[in-house]
Amino acid sequence: MKTIFKSLFAITVLSMVLSSCGNGGSKKGSQGALSSSAAEKVYVAPGEHDEFYAFISGGFSGQLAVYGLPSGRLFKVIPVFSVDAEKAYGFNEETKPMLNTSHGFIPWDDSHHPDISQTAGELDGRYLFINGNNTPRIAKIDLTTFETTEIIEIPNSAGNHSSSFVTENTEYVVAGTRFSVPYPQKDMPIDEYKGNFKGALTFIKVDPKDGGMDIKFQIMMPGFNYDLSHPGRGASHGWFFFTTYNTEEANSLLEVNASQNDKDFIAAINWKKIEEYVNNGGGTKAPTNYAHNVYSDETHSATSTMKNEVVIVNPSDVPGAIYFMPTPKSPHGCDVDPSGEYIVGSGKLAAELTIHSFSKMVKAIEEKKFDGDAYGIPIIQYEATLAGTVKQPGLGPLHTEFDGEGNAYTTFFISSEVVKWKLGTWEVIDRKPTYYSVGHLMIPGGNSRKPFGKYVLAMNKITKDRYLATGPEVTQSAQLYDISGEKMELLLDFPTIGEPHYAAGCPASLIEANSKKIYKLEENKHEFAIKSEAEAKVVRKGNEVHIYMTMIRSHFAPDNIEGVQVGDKVYFHVTNLEQDYDVPHGIAMIGANTSELLIMPGQTETFVWEPKQVGVWPFYCTDFCSALHQEMQGYVRVSPKGSNVPLSFTLDGDAVDAE
Amino acid sequence: MKKSRILMIIGTLLLLGLFVFPLWNITLEAPQYPIPLGMDIHINKFADTHEFDIKNINLMNHYVGMQYIPDTIPEFKIFPIVIAIMVVLGVVIGLKGNYKLFLAWFVLMTILGTAGMYDFYMWEYNYGHNLDPKAIMNFKNPDGSVMGFQPPLFGTKYILNFTAHSYPKIGAYFMFVGMLMTLVAFFVGKNETKA
Repeated sequence: MKTIFKSLFAITVLSMVLSSCGNGGSKKGSQGALSSSAAEKVYVAPGEHDEFYAFISGGFSGQLAVYGLPSGRLFKVIPVFSVDAEKAYGFNEETKPMLNTSHGFIPWDDSHHPDISQTAGELDGRYLFINGNNTPRIAKIDLTTFETTEIIEIPNSAGNHSSSFVTENTEYVVAGTRFSVPYPQKDMPIDEYKGNFKGALTFIKVDPKDGGMDIKFQIMMPGFNYDLSHPGRGASHGWFFFTTYNTEEANSLLEVNASQNDKDFIAAINWKKIEEYVNNGGGTKAPTNYAHNVYSDETHSATSTMKNEVVIVNPSDVPGAIYFMPTPKSPHGCDVDPSGEYIVGSGKLAAELTIHSFSKMVKAIEEKKFDGDAYGIPIIQYEATLAGTVKQPGLGPLHTEFDGEGNAYTTFFISSEVVKWKLGTWEVIDRKPTYYSVGHLMIPGGNSRKPFGKYVLAMNKITKDRYLATGPEVTQSAQLYDISGEKMELLLDFPTIGEPHYAAGCPASLIEANSKKIYKLEENKHEFAIKSEAEAKVVRKGNEVHIYMTMIRSHFAPDNIEGVQVGDKVYFHVTNLEQDYDVPHGIAMIGANTSELLIMPGQTETFVWEPKQVGVWPFYCTDFCSALHQEMQGYVRVSPKGSNVPLSFTLDGDAVDAE
Repeated sequence: MKKSRILMIIGTLLLLGLFVFPLWNITLEAPQYPIPLGMDIHINKFADTHEFDIKNINLMNHYVGMQYIPDTIPEFKIFPIVIAIMVVLGVVIGLKGNYKLFLAWFVLMTILGTAGMYDFYMWEYNYGHNLDPKAIMNFKNPDGSVMGFQPPLFGTKYILNFTAHSYPKIGAYFMFVGMLMTLVAFFVGKNETKA
C-alpha cells in the first residue's frame, strides 16, 4: 500500500514538473496574459516603483509619454511639439518661443523617435532627443526636469523621419529628411524632381556639458527618401547608417513608383571623416533661416533665435566618406547590433531580412568592390557586405532591437508579429503575434552597446477590439513581452497616447535619483519673479498692467486688484513661493483667452488677460493644493476705459506687505 | 598624567562636539510626507533636516495658528558661550584641580543642562500654545480647552495627522558621554588619592 502511495505521489510530482517545464506558455500564445505568472510579472505593488522608464512617442499628438515598465502605467505626458493647455506649454509667455519656427509659431507636430543620450555607447540617462516630423525639428528633453528644454529647426529638410538618433558619446544627434526637396527651396515644376531635389542629412553637435545643440553640417545627398538611421558603435563608431527608399526618385504615386527597384540603399556615412573635413574649413556656408529655441531652468523662460547660416557638405567633395550598400525593397529600419558589426536592413517589401557586415563593408571599400555609383557615391557590391539573411522571417519587417545575448527581435507589420532570431546563424528562434500590425519595438538599451534584455515593448498601429470600444477612434496600444527566456511571453497590453512610433527605455536607477523635486526660489532668475509677498506689486505701463504675484498655501498675494481698465493688457507674472515637493499651484482667470498656468514650486510663469467687459472678475487656483484650496482665489476690478479708479492691490484689505 | 585627569580632560573636550553636531531633533511624520519633515536643534541654530523643512513646517503650522519658528532665539547666543566656558573650566580643572572639583564641574554642568532643557520646554510650550486667534483651524481637547500643538520634550507624540518625534542627536550623546566621563574621573580620582 505504501509503495503504491509513493509511486502515485512520484507520478504526480513528475507530471507537475513536466507541465511546468513544457512550453505551455508559448502554446497558449495570445492567452499568455491569462497565465498567472504573466500577471505576477507586470504587477508592481501599490507604492512600489517600476524597474524601467519607457519614453513612448506620441506620434501625431506631438508629445512624449513617460511610462513605467513592466506595469505599463502612465506617469507624465511631456509636451514637446504640441501646445498643452494643461501645462500652459505654448500658451504662457515663457514657452511660446519654444514653438517658434521659420514659418512662425506652430502649435503642433508629429513626434517620432525618442533616443536617450549615451556615453561610451551606453545609456547615460541625461537627455532624451526626439524629432518633429512635419516641420523638421529636433527637441531635447532634460531628464532631471522631464521638460523640453531645447528645440532646433532643421533647414533644407522635410519630413524629418530618419531622426533623432545619437552617436556613441552623444557627439551628434542626426536628422535625416524623408522627403527630398529642392535645394535651395525654389519655385519649380514638381515633375523635374529627378536629379534636382536633394535629401539633407543633418548632424547636430551636442555640447557635452549642457547638451546644447548646434547644427554642425548638412550633407546634401541625392534626392531619395531617407527613412531611418542608426549610429555605428564599437568598431563601427564614427559611421552612421541611413536606409533609403524611392531611389527611383519618383514624385507621384510613390506606393507604386517608389517600389520598382529591386534594391534601394543603406547609406553608410563616415561622419568622423566629414567632421574632420568641416573642421578643416571644408563645406560651404550657405544662407538659410531656422529657429533655435532654448528654455532655461533659471529664467524659467525660453528664447527663440533665428539663425541664418548652415554648413553644406557635398558628398563628392569628401571622397571615401559615403557609400551605398544595396538593400532589398524599400528598407525601413536600419538597426545596428550592440557590437556594431551587423547592420540590419528591413526591406519592408522583401521576403527576407538583410544583414550587412561592417567589417565586410570596410574590406569591400578597401578592395573597391563597387557596382558603379549613384550621383558619384560608390555603390558597394551587394554580396560583398552581406553577412546573411533571415529566411522566411515574416511579412513586412520594420524594426529590430537586440537583447545583448546575441539575439535580435524584429517586428513584422503585415504578419503582425515579433520574431526572435539569432545573430550569426540567422535562424528564427521564436515568433509571437501582436495585436495588431506592429510598428516599432523597444528593448531598454536595445539600440546601445548595453541592452537590458528583459522585456521587449511592441508598439502597434492598429488596436481594433483589444479594449473597451470608444467609437470610431480607439486607443493606440503597446504590448509587453518577457524575453528573459528562450521563448517570448506576452505579458501585458496597455493603451498609449497618440500613436506610439518608437520608445526609449532605461533602467529607472539611471534617471530617478537625478529627478528634480523643486526649483529653488533663490535660483529663480525670471525677469518678473518675486521672492516674497513683500515684493508683490502692480505696475502700469500705458495700457499694459504687470501684476507681480506670489502663490503659497493657500493664497495669492495680492488677491484683490483694482484700477484695471477695459482694453488693458494684463500680465499675470506668478511665482510659486513653495519649496516643498509636489506642491504646484495653478491659476486661471475668467474669460482669459489662454490656458491656465500650472506652476511648480520656485517657478514663475506668465499669462496675459485682455479684459473686454467691465465688472469684478475672479481668478483661482486650479490645482487642489491644500485643505484651503477652495479659498485660494482673488478678484480683479475692471473699470471702463479712462476711469479714475486708482491702481491698487491688497491682501486681507492691506497693501501687500505680509511675510 | 593621572588617569582621572585624562578622563576629566577628554570628557570635557567631548562637549566641543556640540559645536559641530546637532543637540536635538524634532521629526514630523504624516502620510503625505513620506520623507518626514525635520528640524535639527544645534546650540546656536535651528537647521533643516532636509532642505526647506523648517519653511514647510511653518507652512503646515500656520493652519492651526502657530507662530513661525524664528530664525534665531537669544539662547543661541548664550548656549555657545556657556559651553565654551564650561570646556575651558573643565580642562583647567582637569590639569590643575582637585578631584573634588571634577564632581563640582559635573554638578554645575548637570544644573546648566537641566536649565537648558527647562528653557527649551518653555520655548516649546509657548510655540505650541501661543496660537493666532484668527487661526484657520481651531481644535479643542475633550475637556473643552484649546488644543495645543507642543511637540514632546522627549519621546513620540501624536498631534492630529502628525506623529512628532523628539530625540537627542549626536551632539547630545557627545555631551552625555563627556559628562559621564567627568563623573567617572571623580571616582577614579578619589581612588587614586586613597592609594
